[in-house]
Amino acid sequence: MNSIISTRFLNLYYNEFHALKGITMDIQPNTVAALIGPSGCGKSTFLRLFNRMNDLIDGVKITGDVLVNGKDIYADVLDVVELRRTVGMVFQKPNPFPKSIFENVAYGMRVNGITDNQYIAEKVEESLRQAALWDEVKDKLKKSAFEISGGQQQRLCIARALAIEPKILLMDEPASALDPISSAKIEELIWELKKDYTIMIVTHNLQQAGRVSDTTAFFYLGELVEYGDTKEIFTQPKDKKTQNYITGRFG
Amino acid sequence: MRKFLRNLTEKIVEGILFLSSTVTTLTVLLIIVFLFREGAGVFSQSPVEKGFVIAVNKDNPIQTLTSAQLKLIYDQEVTNWSKLGGKNDSIILFRLDDIGNYYTEDELGENFKNMPEKLSELMDKNSGMVAFFSDKYLAKNFRGRVLKMSNTTLKEFFTGKEWFPTAQPSAQMGVLSLILGTLWVSLGAILIALPFGLATAIYLAEIADSRTRNILKPLVELLAGIPSVVYGFFGLIIIVPAIQKIFDLPVGETALAGSIILGIMALPTIITISEDALRTTPRAMKEASLALGANRWQTISKVVIPYAMSGITAAAILGIGRAVGETMAVLMVTGNAAVIPHTFLEPVRTIPATIAAELGEAPQGDLHYKALFGLGCILFLITLAINITVEYISGKRNKTSND
Repeated sequence: MNSIISTRFLNLYYNEFHALKGITMDIQPNTVAALIGPSGCGKSTFLRLFNRMNDLIDGVKITGDVLVNGKDIYADVLDVVELRRTVGMVFQKPNPFPKSIFENVAYGMRVNGITDNQYIAEKVEESLRQAALWDEVKDKLKKSAFEISGGQQQRLCIARALAIEPKILLMDEPASALDPISSAKIEELIWELKKDYTIMIVTHNLQQAGRVSDTTAFFYLGELVEYGDTKEIFTQPKDKKTQNYITGRFG
Repeated sequence: MRKFLRNLTEKIVEGILFLSSTVTTLTVLLIIVFLFREGAGVFSQSPVEKGFVIAVNKDNPIQTLTSAQLKLIYDQEVTNWSKLGGKNDSIILFRLDDIGNYYTEDELGENFKNMPEKLSELMDKNSGMVAFFSDKYLAKNFRGRVLKMSNTTLKEFFTGKEWFPTAQPSAQMGVLSLILGTLWVSLGAILIALPFGLATAIYLAEIADSRTRNILKPLVELLAGIPSVVYGFFGLIIIVPAIQKIFDLPVGETALAGSIILGIMALPTIITISEDALRTTPRAMKEASLALGANRWQTISKVVIPYAMSGITAAAILGIGRAVGETMAVLMVTGNAAVIPHTFLEPVRTIPATIAAELGEAPQGDLHYKALFGLGCILFLITLAINITVEYISGKRNKTSND
């Protein structure tokens, strides 16, 4: 059992509020894990544990272990910058920087001290190809990232995350702000990226979870109700709550 | 009946609102029209004081002189007519006081009753003479020629370096030194205020916890509420002597003192507006930067500041706008010498300070009075340009953030 991500009896509190309750979960390398559940169930909070994005919020307290590549990422000695290079993130809304398309992708390399322009240029192209965006933007790399469509912007954000060669990609509802066609492109992309990355994706779209993921975790009120093979979860869930949710009885 | 009353009330309220907005607009327009109508008078009035004339020998080919040329003549910097396009003849200056050099008191008669005749004779005799005297001494059959003075032109007004609106024989209406003084002091102010203001704004928006911000922000805003005369007083008592001591100057009233005071006064504008701009940076954008392994300072300098750049620019320009129009504090600390500044350690005079200082002694309708209105027009145009720039920049900003 060589899971790339695992949590052990993980609890998270926002001041007094108990947001995640004793979660134990393992994710295998090169798989896609979907996190589903009604709004406010803690799935986004859970996702943001793995690159320590919750650090930015005041009053967050964590107990239990979070291991990435077998290392406790909440240990005092851990370098957060190093962690975030290994664990990339794509956000709900496309959020490119107010820079050119090229500079958006190069940003991660530049802030991590890479100055070799030749390498950066190659890496930018490679990342844009990986994100299936290269052909659409190769003639306007110098243009502002705000000038391309929302779907393209989101793929740009994916390319941006890929450029620093992470091992894990966290995606927080990456297609929820996009039209169906752009959304389909992103799904296709996730399927492709699975070869090289381990992906965790939060989604409200159950069909999407069913299409792209290998495993699915159902969260409810801060608890991990059920976690297992996606096919099993969708066809024969063990828990009543999971069944109710995926059949649309609540959520 | 009730419906009728309700409609009537609505109509009345509507009418009042319409009326007040019309009145406001008209007032603004009227002020601008008044300003420009008075200001334009500079260009349609002779620079020689009313009741005085400039006369030359009737054979002198010079037809008109500009105010600046006349000043050169009277400062004896030009001593030959050929320099002004006339014939080769040395210029003989004549002021009324000089009459004793040419005629005795007896010749002039009682109460100078022979003065017009003698002046006429004098102008006839000396081919190179130029004279400045009261028109009551102008003889009916004057044998010299009264020189036409050309009005101040737009070019002279803007590029003239001399501002002596009450000079005799001819007023000098060059506002270049005042415009440059204003811009110089404002530029200095923004150079001082921008680094401090931006640093404070970044601290408030990105670093300070909410308790610190709740104390600091009202304090900064309080700065905007202090009357400018108090700033001027502070500058006069503290900053002016300090500058005098530090730089070992004869006087401490310098452009630098004005810049420092204006810089302090522009701080609240710069801090408030750029802090607002910095705070509009979407949280997701900052998180994206951090998620890529950037540290806090990299995120601020590479993402937050570029995102807020148009807001920061608007803040800086509005800060300049505040500095350009400021009157009282500048008047008190800059020394008010109408010379073109070369360093920050020289006295300068700004446009608003000039208007405030001189309007009281300029007779209404006089050329000086009109020149001050002309200055007001320039000030208005500068601030208008500033406002248009800010509109343009924030318009551009709205366009990008709508994506």
